[in-house]
Amino acid sequence: MKPPKFDYHAPASVDEALALLGRYGGDAKLLAGGQSLVPLLNFRLSRPAALVDLNRIASLAYVREHDGQVRLGAMTRQRTIEFDPLVARKLPLLREATRWVGHLPIRTRGTIGGSIAHADPSAEYPAVLTALEGQVVARGPKGERVVTAGDLFRTYLTTSLEPDEILVEVRLPAMPPGAGWALEEFARRHGDFAIIGIAAVIVREGSRCTKARLATAGAGPVPLRLRAAEEILERDGLGDAAIEAAARRASELVSPDADIHASAEYRRHLTGVLTKRAIKRALGVARG
Amino acid sequence: MSEKSWIGKPVRRVEDARLLTGRGTYIDDHPPVANVFHAAIVRSPHAHARILGYDCSAARAVDGVAGVITGADVLKHTKPFSVGVTAPVHYYCAATDKARFVGEPVAVVVARNRYIAEDAADLVQVRYEPLPAVVDPERALEPGAPVLHEAVGSNLANNRRLVYGDPDRAFADADVVLRERFKFPKYGSTPIETYGVIARWDALEGVCTVWSNFMGPFIMHPLTARVLGLPENRLRFIVPPDIGGSFGIKSSIYPYMALIAVAAKLTGVAVKWIEDRREHLLASSTGTDRVAYRELAARKDGTILGMRFRWLDNVGGYIRSPEPGCSFRPTGNFVGPYRFQHLEVDASTVMTNKSLTGPNRGYACGHLYFETEGMLDRLADEIGMDPAEVRRRNLVGPAAMPYRTPSGGLYDSGDYPTAFEKALEMAGYDELRREQARARAAGRYFGIGLAVAVDPSVSNMGYVATALDPQFRAKPEYLPKSGAVDSATVKVDPLGRVIAILGSTPQGQGHQTVVSQIVADELGLIPEDVTVVDEMDTFTRVWSISSGTYSSRFGSVGTSAVALAARKLKTKLVEYAAHLMEMPVAALEFSDGAVRAKAGKAPSYTIKDLAGRAHWNTESLPPGMEPGLQATAVFGFSVAKAVDAEDRVNSSNTYGFIAEVMAVEVDPETAAIRILRYVSVHDAGTIINPMIAEGQIYGGALHGLGGALYEEVQYDADGQCLTGTFMDYLVPTASEAPTIEIGHVVSPSPLTPLGSKGLGESSSMTVPAVIANAVSDALKPLGIRITELPMTPSKLWKLIEQASRSHAVPTARHPRPALP
Amino acid sequence: MTVRLTVNGVRHEGRCEPRKLLVDFLREDLGLTGTHVGCEHGICGACTILVNGEAARSCIMFAVQADGAALTTVEGLMRDGKLHPLQEAFREHHGLQCGFCTPGMLLTALDFLRTNPAPTEAEIREGVSAVLCRCTGYHGIIKAVEAAAAQLRTP
Repeated sequence: MKPPKFDYHAPASVDEALALLGRYGGDAKLLAGGQSLVPLLNFRLSRPAALVDLNRIASLAYVREHDGQVRLGAMTRQRTIEFDPLVARKLPLLREATRWVGHLPIRTRGTIGGSIAHADPSAEYPAVLTALEGQVVARGPKGERVVTAGDLFRTYLTTSLEPDEILVEVRLPAMPPGAGWALEEFARRHGDFAIIGIAAVIVREGSRCTKARLATAGAGPVPLRLRAAEEILERDGLGDAAIEAAARRASELVSPDADIHASAEYRRHLTGVLTKRAIKRALGVARG
Repeated sequence: MSEKSWIGKPVRRVEDARLLTGRGTYIDDHPPVANVFHAAIVRSPHAHARILGYDCSAARAVDGVAGVITGADVLKHTKPFSVGVTAPVHYYCAATDKARFVGEPVAVVVARNRYIAEDAADLVQVRYEPLPAVVDPERALEPGAPVLHEAVGSNLANNRRLVYGDPDRAFADADVVLRERFKFPKYGSTPIETYGVIARWDALEGVCTVWSNFMGPFIMHPLTARVLGLPENRLRFIVPPDIGGSFGIKSSIYPYMALIAVAAKLTGVAVKWIEDRREHLLASSTGTDRVAYRELAARKDGTILGMRFRWLDNVGGYIRSPEPGCSFRPTGNFVGPYRFQHLEVDASTVMTNKSLTGPNRGYACGHLYFETEGMLDRLADEIGMDPAEVRRRNLVGPAAMPYRTPSGGLYDSGDYPTAFEKALEMAGYDELRREQARARAAGRYFGIGLAVAVDPSVSNMGYVATALDPQFRAKPEYLPKSGAVDSATVKVDPLGRVIAILGSTPQGQGHQTVVSQIVADELGLIPEDVTVVDEMDTFTRVWSISSGTYSSRFGSVGTSAVALAARKLKTKLVEYAAHLMEMPVAALEFSDGAVRAKAGKAPSYTIKDLAGRAHWNTESLPPGMEPGLQATAVFGFSVAKAVDAEDRVNSSNTYGFIAEVMAVEVDPETAAIRILRYVSVHDAGTIINPMIAEGQIYGGALHGLGGALYEEVQYDADGQCLTGTFMDYLVPTASEAPTIEIGHVVSPSPLTPLGSKGLGESSSMTVPAVIANAVSDALKPLGIRITELPMTPSKLWKLIEQASRSHAVPTARHPRPALP
Repeated sequence: MTVRLTVNGVRHEGRCEPRKLLVDFLREDLGLTGTHVGCEHGICGACTILVNGEAARSCIMFAVQADGAALTTVEGLMRDGKLHPLQEAFREHHGLQCGFCTPGMLLTALDFLRTNPAPTEAEIREGVSAVLCRCTGYHGIIKAVEAAAAQLRTP
């Protein structure tokens, strides 16, 4: 399990990296944390002509607040996010989700941009990006563009980013003060990709739900917003009956696939179970 | 044992200092010769395919490649390994005519380094004609199924019907007859260190040296010598000091030892091959998957009268030695700890397009007890008796020891009822049942499982012949097989320090520590005074056909050889001292590392005194005494006899006992299983180092749990392996490991000088049973009974879902609670 | 390509292909065989080392990526000829059998305790779940990390 030969470049700037991507015309791969890409190389399932290593671009690692958003440089490590005070204050859902990402030595290397661009539908960050209605910034030869979560994920391991673009920033709207949140995940072992995960954000006013956001991991080829289930809560409030109805609706909204770990039916069923649990736990921490 | 005894103490391990500081010497750290080349193995992508030809030209042209060998070379330069059955299965160290499972070696590339070797391996072109595949053992025996070995004519490698007592009569007389079908999964202990082999072929001398992390040599050394066409004294197996875990799996490295040896022979360079994880998961070794049909005959009072086992063990593409041990290794303990006398076993060994099998921790016993203990709970249910009581009524009692089982086993010692009651008491069994009643009333799925098992240690190699027909065994040219032997040497150097030399191949069991304790006790020293060398080298160690570190041997047979060697040396020291002291031996005693007069005033002689004199002044030895202060002992069991004409065999030599209680709760929504309590009581005779012994129990239990809940080598219907990575083949982590409450009962073995038995396999063989019983008990209100492992949440949920839908009829004794 | 790095406080320089895995560079080029290879796809954790003080898997990093970095491997844990308290605790609590996962386990635990000096048992389990051990059932490992945490907290 040794990787095939490749050219290696470690540019110091995004512009330099873009130039390299252009030079290899789609045959180069970006190397971020490498926690998914390097295993693929070791298995020789990926044989790029070149690796463009983003790890030397210091300007891509930051967490800052701007205009009601928390903006994270694509190369911000998961371990940094786990302990970042701004994330803890403004994006408690992201912080919780980070603890579900792999294991400690994965998070020291893994990056938010890499995880999102890899677009594994069972991963936590794509679900969080979806639930929080976040955006990513892609920079290419023609400049920068902003892509919303809904427009980003195409199918398994595939995004709408062009081969000559680099995901440079992740933008997540700060969660409203008092919002409740939860990430419920079921995996066969601790640290595995989710069989099903549900990210939930609940904003309440008394028993009324002013805003519900629900998104899946593991329930299909892309992370899915469970809008119809959210609407039930926003319409019918946060009583047990509404939560049950939303959970039922959630399980109807997904079209999961089967793999060796779980059947499609089980995943569909778990979607409902975990939606209910996520809403209830989010409700428990929501104020308002 | 005196107060100064080191035996029985949790002495810290001498191995740890080097292993904790990165100074271990594992096979991949071991540079025994200079200028070693590296091998990459080309493997079949097909489950079943005829090999039409090879084109290695592009691979050979890669800069840094020393050579490429293919199945054609293997066919020309080696013989097939002999197999343990009479069916004409030709098992070579690589595919020659057909590939019979995904991952089967078809060619080897030898290059400067592994990176280049893999580059070149990508360029080896093998032309295949794909053939239909079969992976299910029952399907493989159906008419029209693809046949793997044309010379055999079917996929049945072997079948034996063994009858003990009068099972037909037992079933005719029974009040209750129960039948059940069980399925046991294919899983392997996947040691974190993979296989590794380094081979050098010295053509002029005609000597091949193979370094590897093999746990033999046992029968594989002579078998491999025949494969390579070498006399045994021209084939040298060397094992480095450290092996990164094995659990039986590394006994099946031997085909690679032959393959890399041939690669070294044909390329003319020393060759190193380190298996990667993908290779390991595709093609190393696992236990068999088994379909079992069980029948049990009993009286209404719970007395078991007899059983019938019908087994289909799936050994994959080829049956290879020591299979079909998957069926016959527990022959002597087929009945487990129970008294019944009538048994019929119909054991079929089936070949399919899956990877090959061999010993895996608990070899064959995880399967056996999963089925038997499942049947015991069925019986309890059927007659409305507590499962603990059913077991009580059938356990062999202490007065019956040593106990001869109907299939020829000789249980050397044990108090099964006491150990079982201890487990129940530790678990608070009665209170657990009350807690269960409360939980059920609240609609929760709370279950309690029990399992008891006889824990066999030190295989008598004679068991393997049970696979053969008695008429075959009766032929004059047939050579009967029996035995379980180990050796040790203890020597005293000229300054009085002691070295013990073993031929064992420990994989983490702490042999150096344990031996230092034993020798310290025997010679009145402290463990630090004893240096233990435990590297196997077939040229320099005293070994025999059963030597190696497998089947929980060391705690029983290995420690016996050490104790006897130390005692022999002690006898010599006393005789020598008697000569120096001009006193009769009977007037002397050996204590605290010195020979002293039992009474009266006389100078004492320490080991150091005696060593100095004996080495420096041989004139001081008594007439006729052999110079030198060393003793070698070879210990063998007299109870290890060949299988008899009625298929009875004492398949192991010492037999421990395990009793376990587990409480679980099943989440009805996710079907996740939570272990609430787990009590494990063991009787392994004298415990030499309780810390190490308990380490074996913790580790064994987690292997059993892996097979019960997480681990399975899976294939699709076309024979493609679906679990080629550690993301698909799920090994339990610390978060999945249960807390275990361990208890001990000690019934010393009368057969070993220290009274010890083995316990290396321990709870790996009981956990599948105890957790399956616990989950069945939890889901009893739904009428669900677990008959198949692993119990994944997805599969378990399906059972719950189906039962809930069909409004499963609850048993009268356990009314179904409302679902939450 | 040239790789210059510091391992256990000692500077090294070597040349290798860009594709050379860091673990192979450590073992083959620098002769530091204490770091082990168990899966080469970032699951088993046997190859875990510290890269600039943080636990990382050296089987899914390239040696060229560590150019300029300071690494710690199991060979560098001892201080003044004495075992590190974590190593001592592993020995005391039988936290190892075959020893193959142990280097990765030690370095993972070290980084874990750095950020969580007073962990609960469940947190320890979660922390060391990054490394697979097939011998111990994790019992001794958990006890060892618990004991080491207490020891390291004592000033």
